[in-house]
Amino acid sequence: MSAATETKTEANTKTVENATCTFCGCLCDDMVLTVDVDAHKITKAKNACVLGKALFLSHEEEDRPFALIDGKPATLKEGVEEAAQILTNARFPMFYGMSDTTCEAQRQNVALVDMVGGTIDSTTSVCHGPTGMALQGVGESTATLGEIKNRADLVIYWGGNPAESLPRHFARYAVTAKGMYTPRRKKDRTIVNVDVRRTKSTPVADIFIQVKIGADFELLWALRALVKGRKVAPDIEKRTGVSLETMQDLVERMKNCRYGVLFFGMGLSMTRGRHFNAAAILSLASDLNEYTHFIATPMRGHGNVSGADMVVSWQTGYPFAVNFSRGYPKFNPGEFTATDMFARGDADAGLILAADPGSNFSQYAIDHMKKIPMIVLDPKLTHTAKLAKVAITTSHYGINTGGTAYRSDGVPIELRPCLESKYPSDEEVIRAIYKRVEQLLKAKKKTKSANNKRRKAA
Amino acid sequence: MGSTLRIVNGRVYDPANNVDGKTRDICIKDGKIVKSVPPKTKTIDAKGMVVMPGGVDIHCHIAGAKANIARKLQPDDHRRDVMRRLDLKKINTRSGTGGTVPSTFTTGYRYATMGYTTAMEAAVPPLLARHTIEELEDTPVIDKGFYILMGNNVLLYQMLQEGRHEEIRNAVAWWIDSTKSYTTKLVNPGGDEPWKGHRNATITQLNDKIDGFEQLTPRKIITSMVSAVEDLGLPHPVHIHCNNLGHSGNYKTTLETMKAADGRRIHVTHIQFHSYGGKPDENPTSKAPAIAEYINNNPNISADVGQVMFGKSTSMTADAPLAWMLTRYSSDQRWVNADTECESGCGIIPFAYQEHVYTHALQWAIGLELFLLSKDPWRMVLSTDHPNGGTFTSYPRLIRTLMDKEFRKEQMNSVNQKAVAKIKRAHHMEREYTLQEIAIVTRAGPARILGLKNKGHLGPGADADITIYDEHEDKELMFSAPRYVLKDGKLIIDNHEFKNNHEGKLLHVSPDYDEGIKDVIRPFVEDFYTIKFDNYAVSDNYIHHHEVIPTTK
Ligand code: SF4
Ligand SMILES: [Zn+2]
Repeated sequence: MSAATETKTEANTKTVENATCTFCGCLCDDMVLTVDVDAHKITKAKNACVLGKALFLSHEEEDRPFALIDGKPATLKEGVEEAAQILTNARFPMFYGMSDTTCEAQRQNVALVDMVGGTIDSTTSVCHGPTGMALQGVGESTATLGEIKNRADLVIYWGGNPAESLPRHFARYAVTAKGMYTPRRKKDRTIVNVDVRRTKSTPVADIFIQVKIGADFELLWALRALVKGRKVAPDIEKRTGVSLETMQDLVERMKNCRYGVLFFGMGLSMTRGRHFNAAAILSLASDLNEYTHFIATPMRGHGNVSGADMVVSWQTGYPFAVNFSRGYPKFNPGEFTATDMFARGDADAGLILAADPGSNFSQYAIDHMKKIPMIVLDPKLTHTAKLAKVAITTSHYGINTGGTAYRSDGVPIELRPCLESKYPSDEEVIRAIYKRVEQLLKAKKKTKSANNKRRKAA
Repeated sequence: MGSTLRIVNGRVYDPANNVDGKTRDICIKDGKIVKSVPPKTKTIDAKGMVVMPGGVDIHCHIAGAKANIARKLQPDDHRRDVMRRLDLKKINTRSGTGGTVPSTFTTGYRYATMGYTTAMEAAVPPLLARHTIEELEDTPVIDKGFYILMGNNVLLYQMLQEGRHEEIRNAVAWWIDSTKSYTTKLVNPGGDEPWKGHRNATITQLNDKIDGFEQLTPRKIITSMVSAVEDLGLPHPVHIHCNNLGHSGNYKTTLETMKAADGRRIHVTHIQFHSYGGKPDENPTSKAPAIAEYINNNPNISADVGQVMFGKSTSMTADAPLAWMLTRYSSDQRWVNADTECESGCGIIPFAYQEHVYTHALQWAIGLELFLLSKDPWRMVLSTDHPNGGTFTSYPRLIRTLMDKEFRKEQMNSVNQKAVAKIKRAHHMEREYTLQEIAIVTRAGPARILGLKNKGHLGPGADADITIYDEHEDKELMFSAPRYVLKDGKLIIDNHEFKNNHEGKLLHVSPDYDEGIKDVIRPFVEDFYTIKFDNYAVSDNYIHHHEVIPTTK
C-alpha cells in the first residue's frame, strides 16, 4: 500500500482511502475507512451504503480456534494436515464456492483441484450460471459500467432489485450518475423497470412494466418479434400481462435511443426458463444493434463471483462446473454443478472455499454433505463449517488481505486491506494444503509402484 | 546457479549474427549465451540438426478480457482438444484445453513445444491491464508482454483536440508505465466514437471527422501517436491496425496510413487484412503487389502478415464494427460486443476459413503473396494474428507453404480457382523461403522490430532461448516438433519430450514522464471512469518475474 493512501491521523487511528467494499457486485472502490488501531476496529466507512457500512463497521475478528477438527479446536497445521489427508484419499472430491475470496486464492484452488482430479464449481451455478450457458448459445453485447454511465440514455432493469441488492448501482453507474453524455443525470435517461411485482427499485423508474410470473420468456420473445418487424397478436397480453401497446411503445424507445442497456437479475436467470430467459434477453439486445447501440448485462451479487468465472475460464476454458477426473478439464452443468453432485450423493469429500452452501443448498445436498468429510475455509463459523470435518479459520478478504476482485462487468480491482489479522488468508491455506497433498500423492505413488514391483517379483 | 551447457555439431541459423547454416558451438551459462564455457561442460549433440533462436511472436491474442470471453463463449472449441496434466520429475504441469483460444497454461506449453519462447498479446484496454497480467502470469514457459489500446482513448482525444502535445507524450508514458505494458496499439483509430455513440456507425476515411471531436481525424490521431512514441523512445514503434480492415478497396487506406508516418517508424499489423482492392461491398481483389512494393521501398515501415489459414478460427478484435460486419458472413449465430469505458471496443465471433469460398481463398493467397513479394524479411514477419487468421499452432504448416513450392501449388489447386487464377501464375509464386529467411521472419525479425536486444539471436549476451530441430524434408513436421527447446538455458523439451516447467518473464517498458501529468489525468478518470484514479495503475504486487526493456532515450 502506498503512503499516499494510508495516513496515520492520530496516535491510534489511521485512514485508508480508495479501499474497496466487497459486499456486493458494485465493488465500490471509493471507501474511506477510519481504523482505530488499538481497538482493532473500523470506526468509519465514508461513502459506503448501508450494506457496506454493516460490513465494515460490524467487522470484528472473532476469537476462534485456527481450526476445528470434528468440532474440536486444533492448530492450523493440524487442520491443513487433516484436509490434505481427506483430499489425498478422496476419489471424487467436490470443490465449491470462491465468490468471497480473491482471485489469487481462486487460482490456487483450481491448481489444487487439478492435482487431485476433483470437480470444481462456483456460486455462479446458483446465480448466473444460466447466463453463462446462454452466452455459449448466442453471445452477448456488453460494456463496462463506465460506458453505461457516460452514454446510456435508456436503462432497463429486468428481474432484479438493485435498490436492495446493489444499493449504489443507481448513483454510481446507471440512474443518477453524471456521465460524459449524460450531464443532467436522470434527466438525460429514461429508466424502465420490468418485474413480476413492484420492488424498492420501481420508484426510480419512469416506466414500470409488470409481467406475469413465469412469462418473462414470452414477453422477451414478443419484443424480439416486434423489433424484427413481425406481427404479434394482441392476445399476447393474456399470456404476459403486458399489452401489445405497451410492448410497441417499449420497442420504439429501444430502437430510437442512442445507447440502451438491459440489466437483468436472478428474476430471469433463476426462474422458469432459466438459460432460455437469459438467451432471450441477450438476443434482444443483440438484435437491437441493427438499429442502435445496445447492451445487456447481468447484475451479479457477491463480491468476487465474477473473478471466479474469470479464473476458472482462463485456467480451464470453461466458467464453472468443471471436472478433472480424467486429467483434463471437462465441462457439464447439471453433472458437475455442486448442488447436483451433492444431492445425487456423488461426491465423497468436499472443499468449500468462502461460501456457505449449508445455508442455501437443497436438503438432499446438505444431508449428503453431512455424510462425507468436508473441508471449509471461512472467516466465520458458517452453517457449512458446523457440519464440516475440518473448518479452518481464514482472514477476511478486502479487510485483512489484499488481492484482486473482478466487478460484474469484468473490471479488475486491487483490494486495499486496512486491518491485520492473526488468521492466514485463503490463499495461504490453499497453498499449504496443496504442498502437503503433493507430498502425500508422491509418497502414495511410490508405495504403489513398490507394491507392483513386489507383486511382479512374487 | 552457475549451470553451463554446450550445444555442439548443430547447423546454426542466426541471421542477426550473419551465421547461415554453419556448424558452430553454442555456449550457455546462467541462462545466457556466452562466448565459451569450460571444456568439461554438459553437451547436447545436435549433429544433423538445425539450431535457431527461440521463436518470437510479435502479434497474437492470448490473454486478457477478450480472450477469456472467447474461451467462455466456445465450449465446443475446447471439447475435442484437451491437454492432460503431467507429473514430471521436478514439477507438475497443469491441465488445460485447446482449440482456437486455449486456456492459459496450454497456450504457454504449446508455444514452447513448437519452439516459440516469446509472445506479445496485441490488444489490451489499459483499464483491464491487470487482468491481462494475471493471465500472462498463468501462461508458463514463454516470455510475454502486451500492447495497450490508445487509438480510441477519449482523454487523449481531448488533449489532441486542444493541441496539448506535450501532455499527450506524458500521458502516453504514464499509461505505458502504469499498466506495465510494452507499447501503444492503434486499432481502427477514431472508430469507437461513432460505433458507441452514433448507432453503430464507423469511420472510413483518414480525413473523416470523428464524432464529437470536430477537430480530430484518424490521420491526426496516428501522427500524434507516432510522434509521442518516437519522442519517448519506446523500443517498439506504434503498432497499427489500420482503418477499414477486411473491406474491399482498403489498400488505399493502408498506403495512406503508411505515408502519414512521413518517414518515421511504424509497425503495420496483419497487413494481409489491409491489402484488398475492389469496390466497397463487392468482392475484393489482391493489392499485395502495391503494398509489398511500398514496404520494400520504405525502410521506416515494418509489418506482420496476418496470414489466413483454412479451418476454424476465432475473430476477436478491438475493432468492434469489423466483428459486426463479419456476422453477415458467419454461419454461427454467436456475436459478442464489449465496450470498455473511454478506451476501447471489442468484437468476437467464431469463424471458419474455407478453401472453396472466394474471399477466404483470396485472403489466403494475398498473405502468401506478401511473404513472397517481400524483399526484406526483416520487415515483413510471420503472424496469423492468432486466433483471427488461424491459430499459432498452424505456423509450421505456414512455414512449409513458404519453403516448399510444390506443397504450395498443391494447395493453390485445391482452393477456389476464381480467387487465385491470376495469382497462381505470378512469377513470385516460384520463390521458396530458405531456412535462414524462416529464421528471420519467425525470430530474428520480430525481435529486432520489437527492440528486444537479447532475443532472436544466439550471440553472447542473448537470452538462452534456443530451439533445435531435426532436419526433415517435410518442413511442417520439422517445425512442429523440435527435438530440444531451451528457455533461459533450461531444457524444457528434451528429445521431443516435455521435461520441465518454467516461469517466463513479463517484458515491459517504463518510460519517464512528468509527474504533473497525473493531475491532468486524475480529474478525467474520477469523472468519466468508474474506479478511482489511485486504483487505476497496476501496482508492483502484480509483478513477479519481469524485465524492464529500456527506452532508447
Ligand atoms: S453498493 Fe455494494 S459494494 Fe458499494 S458500498 Fe454498498 S454494499 Fe458495498
Ligand atoms: Zn490482432
